[in-house]
Amino acid sequence: MTALSLENIQKRLRTSRIPPVYLMLVAILVVSLVLDQIYGRGQMIDPTILTNILVRSVALGIVAIGQTFVMIAASIDLSVAYLISVTAVMSSFLMQGDPARVPMAVAVVFGIGALVGLVNGLIITKLKVNAFIATLGTGLILKGALNASFSNFTGAVPESFQTLGYGRWGPVPISIIVLFAIAIVAGFVLYRTKFGAHLYGIGGNEVVARLSGLRTDRVVIIAHIVCSMSAVMTGLFVVSRLRSGAPWIGPDGLYDLESIAAVVVGGTALSGGVGSVAGTLAGVVIFGILDTAFNQLGVDTFLKSVLRGAIIILAVASYTIRSRREAS
Amino acid sequence: MANVTVQSEKEVSWLRQAWARIRKIHPVFPVFLIVFLAVGYLNPKFIEPNGILIFLRRAAPLGILAVGQLFVLAAGGFDLSVGSQVTFVVIGGALLINNDPEKLTYTLLVLYGIGILVGLINGLVVTFMKVPSFIATLGMLLALKGAGLYWTGGAPRGYLTDNFRQFGRGFLEPVPVVERFPIAVVVLIVVVAIAAYIFHFTIFGRQILAVGDNPVAAKLSGINVRRVRILTFIVSALCAITAGILEGGFGGVNIIAGDGLELQAISAAVLGGAVLLGGRGAVLAAAAGALTLEALFNFLNLIGQPEGVRDVVQGLIIIGAVAYAAINARRR
Repeated sequence: MTALSLENIQKRLRTSRIPPVYLMLVAILVVSLVLDQIYGRGQMIDPTILTNILVRSVALGIVAIGQTFVMIAASIDLSVAYLISVTAVMSSFLMQGDPARVPMAVAVVFGIGALVGLVNGLIITKLKVNAFIATLGTGLILKGALNASFSNFTGAVPESFQTLGYGRWGPVPISIIVLFAIAIVAGFVLYRTKFGAHLYGIGGNEVVARLSGLRTDRVVIIAHIVCSMSAVMTGLFVVSRLRSGAPWIGPDGLYDLESIAAVVVGGTALSGGVGSVAGTLAGVVIFGILDTAFNQLGVDTFLKSVLRGAIIILAVASYTIRSRREAS
Repeated sequence: MANVTVQSEKEVSWLRQAWARIRKIHPVFPVFLIVFLAVGYLNPKFIEPNGILIFLRRAAPLGILAVGQLFVLAAGGFDLSVGSQVTFVVIGGALLINNDPEKLTYTLLVLYGIGILVGLINGLVVTFMKVPSFIATLGMLLALKGAGLYWTGGAPRGYLTDNFRQFGRGFLEPVPVVERFPIAVVVLIVVVAIAAYIFHFTIFGRQILAVGDNPVAAKLSGINVRRVRILTFIVSALCAITAGILEGGFGGVNIIAGDGLELQAISAAVLGGAVLLGGRGAVLAAAAGALTLEALFNFLNLIGQPEGVRDVVQGLIIIGAVAYAAINARRR
């Protein structure tokens, strides 16, 4: 065995297949813990705080997993933030605090989600509208419809429904179990099913995929339905924690841009064809750690925004800087 | 490209020629005219010279942003940071000028300096760090918004002096025919004229389209792709600062002055036929796209529709515009 010289480690890292996002995750966690010990309150190592990082990551995590699907297929979904709002408002409006109405409300919002995903997919594939514009447009339509009908917190979710947001199964928060269950299902679909393989194929080269007999339109439409469904799930989770839905909770959470940023930090290329659920989750958790660390260290809210922007750029640059392709 | 069809002049009747010329006009112009006349029908004051000028004054910032965005879009990028730049100008301008009208020149110089720096950073991150512009300018959006607020210590402070606000809301007078002419409209016309010249009549303009159409081919034919792309981000930033200065004359000093303007600017440029991912676009059409959006907002206000409907219509229109362009492109 050769000695563990710095050079050796560097070389190994370079040749290893470990995507940089995991190294970033570890590095950011370690740096945050150390800084917290020196300058902060030194509480970050506490298991409850570490668990809280995960709970805070659930909302963004679920929608980011859906976003991963469309982005692997070289598409994008900017309408998720407003769909999250629509879900939160509609579900609490329909439930009115009555447990008996929960199944109906959940069915309705999933129906809305499926419809939005279908429309997004159809506009992109059949009308050949760039995904950025298409989903920006449907997002605006959702926003407008929502603001025209609701202006504040509306209705309420029953106590039993709040279990999703606050319940625990033994020591583990149910929300974390939900997130991991969704991640495992998503991972299975991406890596072990034909649909998953088709997504990678289309993202890699849409023309080749079509010429080799894939019904590319159908695959992209399904990916968009999956993404919208994930936004609905995030909406349900958010409303279960807030107890009631308001029109601004989706855009205020910046779920559209943050989910895209998390996916890209997690190693999915904006140009499609590569990406993983685990990478996306790592990206989401990085954001969670940063938030918690900034809070613990008492970083100014506005400086937080600056650091966030810089870290997103640097994280993405760590993938792209060595590539020979021009960025767009 | 166009003009490949060689037809003998004699065979084509003048009617046909006229029709061919009409077909070349971008549909955004007739669409604008229809919306504009619809507003005029509901509110006759709107189509009097003064009404038109007031409308143009309000539309000036978006028009300028759309023109700047066009440069970046045509080269195959996005600039999502322009809305934050507008906010930054409004709150930063108030701090810099510090209630002293004599500091106007200094304030403007610093603001434009910051703009060039922001554009340069956007460009460098995209070209040298190879971060996709969507992410690079999204990061800049977050950073700039935070930086502006951090600078003010959380809540915007100070006022913009009257001579600063003059650019947005002032008038040149006396002027023949209309008596007074909004300064913002003069700025809009000058920006559009300069941008149209650069975009359509200089080598740099040709290079932008070449880079947007096919960066590899552009590079192989000797274009300095990185320089071209960095310059497009700087042009966009300069436009954003200008728009911010005008916007400062309209409203008070607030932290949401520029919110959402980046998406409106992209929508306007796309309405004017700019193609995302580059290679096509026209300055006048992009500006007309901005005017169309603004006229549409006016129209919806007049028929008493709530904010919500305005978003729905904007959403439908941009999808429709791009779908129309895509279907047309396929037919060719």
